[in-house]
Amino acid sequence: MSKQEWPLYEVFIRSKAGLSHRHAGSLHAADDQMALSNARDTYTRRSEGVSLWVVRSDRIVASDPTETSAFFEPAEDKIYRHPTFYEIPEGVENL
Amino acid sequence: MYTQGLDQAGNDKQSGVETAEQLAAFQKRVDAEEKIEAKDWMPEAYRRTLIRQISQHAHSEIIGMQPEGNWLTRAPSLKRKAILLAKVQDEAGHGLYLYSAAETLGVSRDQMVADLLSGKAKYSSIFNYPTLTWADIGAIGWLVDGAAIMNQIPLCRCSYGPYARAMVRVCKEESFHQRQGFDIMLTLCRGTAAQKAMAQDALNRWWWPSLMMFGPNDTESKHSAQSMAWKIKRFSNDELRQKFVDVTVQQAEFLGIRVPDDELSFDPESGHYTFGEIDWQEFIDVVAGNGPCNKQRLEKRQYAHNEGEWVRAAAQAYASKQAARAAA
Repeated sequence: MSKQEWPLYEVFIRSKAGLSHRHAGSLHAADDQMALSNARDTYTRRSEGVSLWVVRSDRIVASDPTETSAFFEPAEDKIYRHPTFYEIPEGVENL
Repeated sequence: MYTQGLDQAGNDKQSGVETAEQLAAFQKRVDAEEKIEAKDWMPEAYRRTLIRQISQHAHSEIIGMQPEGNWLTRAPSLKRKAILLAKVQDEAGHGLYLYSAAETLGVSRDQMVADLLSGKAKYSSIFNYPTLTWADIGAIGWLVDGAAIMNQIPLCRCSYGPYARAMVRVCKEESFHQRQGFDIMLTLCRGTAAQKAMAQDALNRWWWPSLMMFGPNDTESKHSAQSMAWKIKRFSNDELRQKFVDVTVQQAEFLGIRVPDDELSFDPESGHYTFGEIDWQEFIDVVAGNGPCNKQRLEKRQYAHNEGEWVRAAAQAYASKQAARAAA
């Protein structure tokens, strides 16, 4: 057993130019450089990516799932933010 | 999110009794085909079931490298060697995806590894059989990976998000494994009489253990009903076994080798093959640790782990030194 568990990293892959990086999974590594090499070997063995991000999991700030409804509630009652809120009379085009 | 730290913070809030309302709300989410994510509330039994299943699955991938690794240095050509090396590397990768998925449930990697090394954790019974000839490498890819695919494709729709996502990745790669195995079998079956006999011998030895991979009959399966209700499992052991037999028997016919089962016959009424009874005593023995290679597999894993200790220590020392320098 390693004396101290290696930190966990989250891995994000850009599959090709023009697309954003997407979460692929996680891994353990002793340091950032090793995390990058391990991510390449673990998650891109079949040319799945052109760019990799690794970030230590404990550096990620995340919303709390038990507070999901309260946290996202402010967006719920603002239906006027959607185009479907507005009624367009018959005959008006290109709108 | 695969974040262990956050995961554990989540656990603190859920300590205490699970109320009937919580359980009903959870089941409602599952029934609605909503995915459960790492930090969501879940019944402790659901968490435990998944930890057990995913970690066993991960251990199987890691131990599964051994029977095939046995032939890496003796593959019959450079091409076969490169392919086998890629396959064995994939198995390591699958183990790592799965360990990560299990970790989201709050169990540490080191704990899982420790459980495997101590013999406390189980892994798939199939990997306790020896690979005696090159044809066994073909049979493993064709039958063992074929059976694994039957099991794993429905797991891509498992209710637990991180497990389902890991399985999507695994299944994409598994298809290569099965085809390369069939390709080895096909080459042998189209070769000399001796080569074809070798393929037949491998089928004889791997057929029944492959059927055992689906687990006990439905009437005997301890965890099935609950796992189905939680949508961890989508099909029963016997349903999956039947699917496997139906497709594989036809492939054996194409290869021109015989499935070692005198009771095997096609039932035109049901459209399925009927097959003989599995030797469940053998299954029980292998799971209990008395298969042909249980001892060897575990000892080799322990040896590899111990021999790798200095590498891990060196990597840790280097990382600590770099971190100290950066801080200074």
